[in-house]
Amino acid sequence: MAEPILTLSGVKADIDQYHILHGVDLVVPKGELTVLLGRNGAGKSTTLRTIMGLTTLTGGTVTYQGQDISRWPTPKIARAGIAFVPESMGIFGLLTVRENLVLAAVNGPMDEARLQWIFDLFPPLKKFWDKPAGTLSGGQKQMLAIARAVIEPRELLLVDEPTKGLAPAIINDLADAFEQLKEQQVSILLVEQNFNFSRRLGQSVAVMNDGAVVHAGTMTELAENDELQQDLLGLGLGAHQ
Amino acid sequence: MSEETTAMPMSDSGSESRRRSPVEWLKDLRDNRAHLFLLGFMLLASLAVIDFRTWLVLTISGVAMGAMLFLMASGMTLTFGLMSVLNLAHGAFISLGAFAGGTVLAFWLDGFTDAPSLLTNLVAIVPALLFAALVAGVVGLVFEKLVIKPVYGDHLKQILVTVGGSIILMQLIEVIWGPNEIPVTRPESLSGAFFVPEFLPLIGGIVLEKYRLLAVVLGLAIYAAMLWVIDRTRIGILIRAGVESREMVEIQGYRIHLLFLGVFVAGSALAGLGGVMWGMYKELLTPHMGDEMMISVIVVIILGGLGSIRGCFYGALLVGLINLYIGFVEPRLAAVATVGLMVGVLMWRPQGLIPVIKI
Repeated sequence: MAEPILTLSGVKADIDQYHILHGVDLVVPKGELTVLLGRNGAGKSTTLRTIMGLTTLTGGTVTYQGQDISRWPTPKIARAGIAFVPESMGIFGLLTVRENLVLAAVNGPMDEARLQWIFDLFPPLKKFWDKPAGTLSGGQKQMLAIARAVIEPRELLLVDEPTKGLAPAIINDLADAFEQLKEQQVSILLVEQNFNFSRRLGQSVAVMNDGAVVHAGTMTELAENDELQQDLLGLGLGAHQ
Repeated sequence: MSEETTAMPMSDSGSESRRRSPVEWLKDLRDNRAHLFLLGFMLLASLAVIDFRTWLVLTISGVAMGAMLFLMASGMTLTFGLMSVLNLAHGAFISLGAFAGGTVLAFWLDGFTDAPSLLTNLVAIVPALLFAALVAGVVGLVFEKLVIKPVYGDHLKQILVTVGGSIILMQLIEVIWGPNEIPVTRPESLSGAFFVPEFLPLIGGIVLEKYRLLAVVLGLAIYAAMLWVIDRTRIGILIRAGVESREMVEIQGYRIHLLFLGVFVAGSALAGLGGVMWGMYKELLTPHMGDEMMISVIVVIILGGLGSIRGCFYGALLVGLINLYIGFVEPRLAAVATVGLMVGVLMWRPQGLIPVIKI
């Protein structure tokens, strides 16, 4: 396993009076795609939000590239090279596609070559360049959300359920995009419910249950072991194969 | 009433080539451009009952009033839109600006205001406007740090604390400038009026107060400048994004609080600018003059749609115009008209004329 880019140790977090994370231990290897699996309510999204500094950490540490970022404010975490695509996508619907991307390029004007690469990945973004992002379809919004995360080179992407509610063809496009990002050695932590999608992309995997990581290992190991899948995910995956 | 109220799809490219009947066009205007619909309706309805020359004078005065209202209200709508902060001390910033600018006009550069030349007068007016904006902006900076920052996210506390802050600011004005009202004479070139020559058709013989024309020009210039900033610059994109979702702005790596601080200072400076204009219009400064405007200011920003600059502009125009029209037709109803307009619009469109969608 490659050296870690992000390490969570004993991370605890509350939302209002509820304890959501009860000591999450998670390692995201550098340059790999790590999938975070688990049932609804297991704390996957909260884990991503806590890394981003959006949910207050009540215990444990988050270490990113050797620095303790547990108490950093969100903008500082973002500027350190972590991009976050929330489950809601967080598109600015009243802004145009262009304006969404202009904002995402925090370090100045957008790089032409990189923009061209994004247009090749997601042609609809070019087509609707000057249209309000709120008028895009769900899949196009997700494309914009991911484009926004990678409009500038980033070290680590946190992506929350990008395939949720999307048509299979669009899911394929997204998978291609992630493949390309993997080739560029971008580290990715992907929360996903779609096991086929995660199995195709994931190198390492962590499974959460009830606010803690209950299994961590390689994707190959989990993919080949039906019993383990049954045990961790409670899925009759044979039906999907 | 069984007409279709569903808005037409905006992206329907075929509709442009198709000829639409006037009724359809009106319905579209009513549903998708409610501010223009209402403005047009008000202009035409008043023209129907008031004779043309009087109407023209009233309309220009109403637009001037609206321009000053816009200056006073624009800062408040932005602070509400961006951070949902209800700053009820906004009126105190209007007063503060009026006093700061009035000081320049009446005491520091009063030598330049007496000359009948516009150029000489501008030597006093421009510094007065800038000084008012500067004083209100600097006090706004301190006010945000001391008063607003501790109460983010809690409207009740914001109301209590900003009303308190407003009282303190108005008392400070009395401490600095004394408890007496201060008369401010308008610069020579701006007092008095233009007489449109009698021989001109339609508009011949009408009298236009010069100062109101200045208010219209300044109001339009600042509206144009604000639209340019909001629509064309990176800061503007950030402000619009922040109005939609603060959290996502932070996720992109921007410190929303810094942005808000900037907007608050700019909003306070605009209030100050509006204050000087209002002070010169009234020719009398009192510490409560801004507070007295707050009802109209609040009506304007609610009417326009909280957080919307365009809405604020049209809201201000509508309030300014209805005041003048109703005031002419039946003076006793003028005060009721403003609030009546707001009630009517809110029953029709609860989100305001140009709503800002918040996710």
